[in-house]
Amino acid sequence: MKLEGAGLTRVRPFVLMATVVIPALLRKLTNGQDRVTASGRNLGQVVADLERQFPGLREHLVEDDELKPSVAVSIDGEMGMAGVLEPVRENSEIFFIPAIGGG
Amino acid sequence: MANKVIVETTINGDPVELLCEPRQSLLEVLRDVLELTGSKEGCLTGDCGACTVVIDGRPVCSCLMLGVEAAGKNVSTIEGLATGAALHVLQRKFLEHASLQCGICTPGFLMSAKALLDRNPNPTEAEIRYALAGNLCRCTGYDKIVRAVTDAAATMAGRSSRTAHGGAVPAETASGMVSEMLAKGEDK
Amino acid sequence: MAASTTNGFKVIGTRPIRHDGVDKVTGRAKYGADYAFPGMLHGKVLRSPHAHANIKSIKIDKALALPGVKAIVTADDLPKLPDKMEAAGEQAINLNHLSMNILARGKALYDGHAIAAVAATSSHIADEALRLIEVEYEPLAPVMTVEDGMKPGATILLPTLRNKEDGPDKETNVAAHLQFKRGDVAEGFKQADYVVEREFKTAMVHQGYIEPHNAIGIYNADGHATIYCSTQGSFVVRSLSAAVLGISEGKIKVVPAEIGGGFGGKTTVYLEPLAVLLSQKTGHPVKMTMTRAEVLRATGPTSGSTIRCKMGATKDGKLVAAQCWLAYEAGGFPGSPVGAGAMTILAPYNIPNILVDAYDVVVNRPKTAAYRAPGASNAAMASETVLDELAEKCGIDPLDIRLINGSHEGTPQTVGPPFKRIGLIETIEAIKNGEHYKSRLTGPNRGRGVASGFWFNVGLQSSATINIHTDGTVSLVIGSVDIGGTRAAQAMIAAEVLGVDVNDVRPTIADTDSIGHTDVTGGSRTCFATGWAVYEAAQDCIRQLKERAAKLWEKKPDEVVFENGMLSPAQPGGDLKPMSIKQIAPRLARTGGPIVGRATINARAVGPAFATICVDVEVDPDTGKTQILRATIAQDVGKAIHPAYVEGQMQGGTAQGIGWALNEEYFYDDRGILRNTGLLDYRMPTCLDLPPIETLIVEVPTPGHPLGIRGVGEVSIVPPPAAVANAIYHAVGVRMTELPMSPSRLLKAILKKRAAGETQAAAAD
Repeated sequence: MKLEGAGLTRVRPFVLMATVVIPALLRKLTNGQDRVTASGRNLGQVVADLERQFPGLREHLVEDDELKPSVAVSIDGEMGMAGVLEPVRENSEIFFIPAIGGG
Repeated sequence: MANKVIVETTINGDPVELLCEPRQSLLEVLRDVLELTGSKEGCLTGDCGACTVVIDGRPVCSCLMLGVEAAGKNVSTIEGLATGAALHVLQRKFLEHASLQCGICTPGFLMSAKALLDRNPNPTEAEIRYALAGNLCRCTGYDKIVRAVTDAAATMAGRSSRTAHGGAVPAETASGMVSEMLAKGEDK
Repeated sequence: MAASTTNGFKVIGTRPIRHDGVDKVTGRAKYGADYAFPGMLHGKVLRSPHAHANIKSIKIDKALALPGVKAIVTADDLPKLPDKMEAAGEQAINLNHLSMNILARGKALYDGHAIAAVAATSSHIADEALRLIEVEYEPLAPVMTVEDGMKPGATILLPTLRNKEDGPDKETNVAAHLQFKRGDVAEGFKQADYVVEREFKTAMVHQGYIEPHNAIGIYNADGHATIYCSTQGSFVVRSLSAAVLGISEGKIKVVPAEIGGGFGGKTTVYLEPLAVLLSQKTGHPVKMTMTRAEVLRATGPTSGSTIRCKMGATKDGKLVAAQCWLAYEAGGFPGSPVGAGAMTILAPYNIPNILVDAYDVVVNRPKTAAYRAPGASNAAMASETVLDELAEKCGIDPLDIRLINGSHEGTPQTVGPPFKRIGLIETIEAIKNGEHYKSRLTGPNRGRGVASGFWFNVGLQSSATINIHTDGTVSLVIGSVDIGGTRAAQAMIAAEVLGVDVNDVRPTIADTDSIGHTDVTGGSRTCFATGWAVYEAAQDCIRQLKERAAKLWEKKPDEVVFENGMLSPAQPGGDLKPMSIKQIAPRLARTGGPIVGRATINARAVGPAFATICVDVEVDPDTGKTQILRATIAQDVGKAIHPAYVEGQMQGGTAQGIGWALNEEYFYDDRGILRNTGLLDYRMPTCLDLPPIETLIVEVPTPGHPLGIRGVGEVSIVPPPAAVANAIYHAVGVRMTELPMSPSRLLKAILKKRAAGETQAAAAD
């Protein structure tokens, strides 16, 4: 923490807390909770934290260190095109959704 | 022993002598022997009209006719609709009214529409729809096709030319080389 | 910096002649089947005559001996691929299943499943050769419906298929179960004054593109191959063909020909890898096309489905709960669009308590492929007709009940994230305030129906390059195949930003070697994402143009402005004259060389769309035939770049939806053989079946998109089947729960209702 001059500088938190909405069929792994908080600067770190809190969750979301091909992610209403590298902001709302295609 | 037969016919006004097997349809002959690929294959059973040509004034599904049957006949294909570099009114109207999306059915529609207007220069909407019911389009829902044919009929008969969305020709469609060329095309 | 003036757009919103238009109306445009190459052979595919069978042996020697036959291939000539999901553009794909769909391995899974492929000197000889291939089949019982596939003890199609819930030891035909939940539906239904619950069945239907599939494979001795084909995604063809053939993507170049319709059905591969394989075996180019029968039997129709939908409302029309159960036919391999069906079925409405269960079920039908808003039309048939019943029970106008409950910015989607700014309400109001809805419909057996629908759009990757030539004209290179007029819209965007005449922009759709990666033309993404890349590439040009003007004027680039297509000094006055691109173009060489602007995008923003449709019908009570008297569709398109082609998308989807509603279906007999393999009996709407289709363009811009564009190509197909069903109810008083509502089905329902009425009347006497 830094003190600058007479006041305190706002310092970025070391750990960012985001809200993750859990897909319905995975709520059995989160004690029935549909919304949980997790920390991380990017999606990969968030998933790692989810796994720490709720063992068994990760394998439904990530495979070979990347989002599973059938899983897409929406963060604050935008599609997370960077996969596990997608940056996460403080208070981001993260949804894992099925990857769907059009015609 | 040779399989092929010599066929003498007229294609788009030109005398043509070609070689084909008796089992080849006229569509196949046009596309694969004469390299006139404007007529399209959609179903090979005469249901979609993408292969429509005009033979002695009648629209015909070329997939239902044998190449050898073209002997002695006058065959008109899409390649002969324009006069040199001048588009036929129907072609111009299809472009102005945006009556094509993928365009695969367009040659067939143009030939059917030409045959219609040649025999009925002032068709009602119902008559147009009836005459074109043998041509399938999956992209447009037919709305803009019918408008284009209606507008072409009016233009060819010397009645006032309407644009796609009713009103004078807007400046933006009048500019540009393509549009200039369309405007110069002769009304047939 | 925006290139448009404060007066609004100069090019965007106008209706120029499309750049490829003259080629298309003269027959010059080259579609895939129009290409020919020296020494070219013709390929044909042998297809299973059984819906479900083990393949015991395949003998090709007699066929190979036929003069003119040059090569025959089976699945043994393809590498065996891993049985896992891989990312492929829009969605995940199991490459093993894809390969087995292209050539069957061990089992035939549907009538028409590809068994072997032949290359010969003519297509007729290839056809004869097919008859000489001897295949020994062991027929198995066909599984033709989701019910048959899901029941205990069902015949299993894929012995290795498992789903997560049943675990690793249970053989199953259910490939996946998805669920979406919010709130508590049991509690929610308790609050309802009215509850309607119905079960629906929809038949399998095909995209119906007029152009059958085609591919030409040219394999070179250096190991490189070129594919010419009609496809919605040249990069998809490249990556999937490479995977199926077991070669690296970099060895394949795909040249996209003009395409005669796709609607999602041409976003995968069938013939392309076979054409390359046969070319490799023969050393000649090999051309393959499908007949219409092959297209219907063996490409990718969309799922038939069983859907149960239960919705509850309070008496003032407020929806309090909804529960849906969807099971979709995947075909011989997993991958139906049931997930999208589940995610769209309730999308137009703000409902606090929902539970949606969705099942992907393999059956002995062709492997389904995307069809315009895949999964959503089936789903809307259920929810939009149930809602119509609820409106009637509440005594509320069907458009008003949609206004009461309609989704808007902030409404949570079924899949979770809240909507950003969307235009559903605007489309409902457009219909409500429109001339059609206000007009009175009079006459017996006539009725009016409305429905709304939703479809996402995908963003994904697009690339664009813009070259400025020495005469100031512009060439625009993109990778998005044009199936509906998008190349004109892309040229218009470039023209708008650069301030040049739209006819001075030449758009080219490039092959996979000549443009950066570009995802499919589909998913309502082309104008949205490629248009975005074009916009950014044009901005890149402007940056470079400013640098050149600065050089000429001996200023710094930030002292130059670009506005209305003109470069001028930021400080007006002095004797420096503003220059257009045409004026500076001859001087590019001396100021640094050619200008090439470029941009790529992997879109994050989403531009989903809603549509609302109103149809008037007249039913002939003696034949059950329904005539569409009038149809009006309102759709939120964000920003219509070329309004005529936007209208075209709205009209085309409406027409397909009407066909889906009234006539189109796959007829399989009890052996699982497809009986309507032609366009006479797979009955799509003709010109005579449709009225003019009125369009109301609504523009609610997509937040985050530089032009506000929304996905426009798909949603129009979603509400029509339900709207027609609602109209039929209001015409003759029968609630149809099965698609299509063909004359025979509707007549049966009408007669049943009449008989029930007579029985009641007799009972009352």
